[in-house]
Amino acid sequence: MIPELKILFHQGKQYIPDVTTVEVPGIFSGRPVISTLPVDITALCAVCPTHAINADPAVSIDLGKCLFCGECADRFPEKIRFTKDYKLGSNSREKLIVHEGIDQPVGFDPAKIRGEITRLYAGSLKLRQVSAGGDNSCEWELGAAGNVNFDMGRFGIEFVASPRHADGIVITGPISQNMAEPLQICYDATPSPKIIILAGVDAISGGIFDNSPALDRTFLSKYPIDLYIPGNPIHPLSFINGVLGLLRAGKKK
Amino acid sequence: MKKSIEIRNNQPVALDAIPVLGYTDFLEHNTALMAHKDWHCINYFGQPVNGLIRLICCMANDNARTIHVNVALVNQSDQLPSFTRRHFSFHIFEREIHESLGIHYTDHPWLKPVRYPWYRADLNQKIENYPFYHIESEELHEVGVGPIHAGVIEPGHFRFICNGEQILHLEIHLGFQHRGIEKLMIEKKDLLSRTILAESIAGDTVVGHTTAFVNLWESLSGFTPSPDLVQARTLALEWERIAIHSGDLSAIATDIAYQLGSSVFGRLRTPIINAFQTWGGNRLAKGLIRPFRSRFPFDDTLAENFSNVLNAYWPDYTEMFDRMIDLPSVLSRLEKTGVVTREQNLQIGAVGMAARSANLERDVRKSHPYLGYHNINHTPVLMPQGDVYARTQIRDSEIRQSIGYARTLMQEMPKPSPQNTTINPPAPNTLIVSLVEGWRGEICHAAIIGDDGDLALYKIKDPSMHNWTALALAVRNNEISDFPICNKSYNLSYCGFDL
Repeated sequence: MIPELKILFHQGKQYIPDVTTVEVPGIFSGRPVISTLPVDITALCAVCPTHAINADPAVSIDLGKCLFCGECADRFPEKIRFTKDYKLGSNSREKLIVHEGIDQPVGFDPAKIRGEITRLYAGSLKLRQVSAGGDNSCEWELGAAGNVNFDMGRFGIEFVASPRHADGIVITGPISQNMAEPLQICYDATPSPKIIILAGVDAISGGIFDNSPALDRTFLSKYPIDLYIPGNPIHPLSFINGVLGLLRAGKKK
Repeated sequence: MKKSIEIRNNQPVALDAIPVLGYTDFLEHNTALMAHKDWHCINYFGQPVNGLIRLICCMANDNARTIHVNVALVNQSDQLPSFTRRHFSFHIFEREIHESLGIHYTDHPWLKPVRYPWYRADLNQKIENYPFYHIESEELHEVGVGPIHAGVIEPGHFRFICNGEQILHLEIHLGFQHRGIEKLMIEKKDLLSRTILAESIAGDTVVGHTTAFVNLWESLSGFTPSPDLVQARTLALEWERIAIHSGDLSAIATDIAYQLGSSVFGRLRTPIINAFQTWGGNRLAKGLIRPFRSRFPFDDTLAENFSNVLNAYWPDYTEMFDRMIDLPSVLSRLEKTGVVTREQNLQIGAVGMAARSANLERDVRKSHPYLGYHNINHTPVLMPQGDVYARTQIRDSEIRQSIGYARTLMQEMPKPSPQNTTINPPAPNTLIVSLVEGWRGEICHAAIIGDDGDLALYKIKDPSMHNWTALALAVRNNEISDFPICNKSYNLSYCGFDL
């Protein structure tokens, strides 16, 4: 018992006191900012392997497609800069598009948040995770969101072992054909009302796998998506703040 | 006549320099090599050419540090005797050849689907109808788990045949994660997309798989990376090992309900992966390894930062591990659980940490060195007993060893120098094999450059290709309640297998 107490003492406090304001260490690639500087637009768009950069009419980056590889910022540093803003989640697909000359948080569209989400889940949200062709990076970070550092359990947000205990599902991966049916079965087994969260670029747009014949993304066209969280992989803070945003933004309606 | 051509890790070879054998000769020669433990098959695959199928077998000699390659040309309609009947370790390669190219084997004992790729030869094979092994019995029962598991992990189906609490047989059915990476590698023409695909093979082995691709592509291009680039990539490989092994110790502690170990090892992983973020902006090192250059040179500030991370990690880590491994309640769950013997590991062709946990030395860092491992006199960590305890101890020893390597690599980091500008287009009709020791074990990427000077075939082998069979053997005669701890002790990749 004494060694255990010593270990506990040596560990000290490991949790992040405020996960909504903490600064991430190092040079995290978060929300990009696009300047209005004129550059070779064709060359800029050609850099992006997932065609996340659009230039019609002004330059924009779709965070739902962005791999956060930073190649565009590397080639056009005066045009694009990735900030350390990890609050990338939104309930609106349109809000994931970052426009030239506008440096503001991604944010939510409160009007689109279903009333029952705010009413039922603000204090407790149990989620079932389904990896559908995910590469185990987003899955890893979702696991980390529950560890002693990030501790999302403090907000009543938890992953549960069965869809029958869940209030919604979190999908990672581009949705492989071979996972399409299990995903559907899992969704059907979740009691209503239920939410769908897409975590990571692969889930949101297919990412680098978009258009692979190995995918079957028809599931996504059948149901409304409640939350998109960009990242490759998502950062635990992006996930926690995304879910908190969804649960809290509706209150402001 | 020569039976094979001898090459080294990352050495391109002209296709027409590879000896073409008759199938019988090809089979006899390659399977006979397996009689000696120095040899193992690192990759064996097929490529359709002019209406025929070119079978390419790559055998590694771990002692001589060589790779021997030979070829046989067969018809798709041929009924072939299998390598697997001679040595079981070929089973997964022949299953893959059968599944994707439709070659039929007359005597393969376990010719089951591998991953249900979209381009499979027989589209009537459906993932929902996987042909499970079955025993008719009044006494036995089956337990099916997955594809979606209780935790936040990837999908795969485990089918147990049990006698009461005891597992008689486990069959592992994968394929759910198939994204078609090998085909996408060819279809995507730009180098950045291909590099990002390599990063996405297994998101927990970003550095390992990306390094395998980058080494391969740079060698094809006649490019020699500068010493600082070599050193930084070697450091990243060892750093990835420290990070994942720490997390795995947490997972092992979780599965034996040792809460303190679970929390402490879990949180010890955090500063290690955050250091990756400090280096390249991503906790899993995506974006860090790029061909022909480094976007994030490892400078003195980073060296100091990384060194501080290790200084803080070390006392907490050693205190926690030494305590955990001293507890009888922990040891009783780990010792003699999930034993796979050295002979079994040899038979199934196990690689990496799994093989080393049963005194079978398989470590590419020593046997087929690349990058900075030419200069590190690496001695692989071996454990004798092949159980969960051995796989726990090996993680501990390798964390300590990798920390030592990381410190040396950081202290002796060469000053940034300009990159070699020689980048030639890959020579047409060339084969190359790239081996990297990822934290799980032997990663093998093989590529064929076609007539047009571009990729014609890309084959990826994660160590999990071999080692899933080790897990199936490990749980035999164990209680089904020990399955999770056996599984965590291997921590194999689903997406790395399914591709």
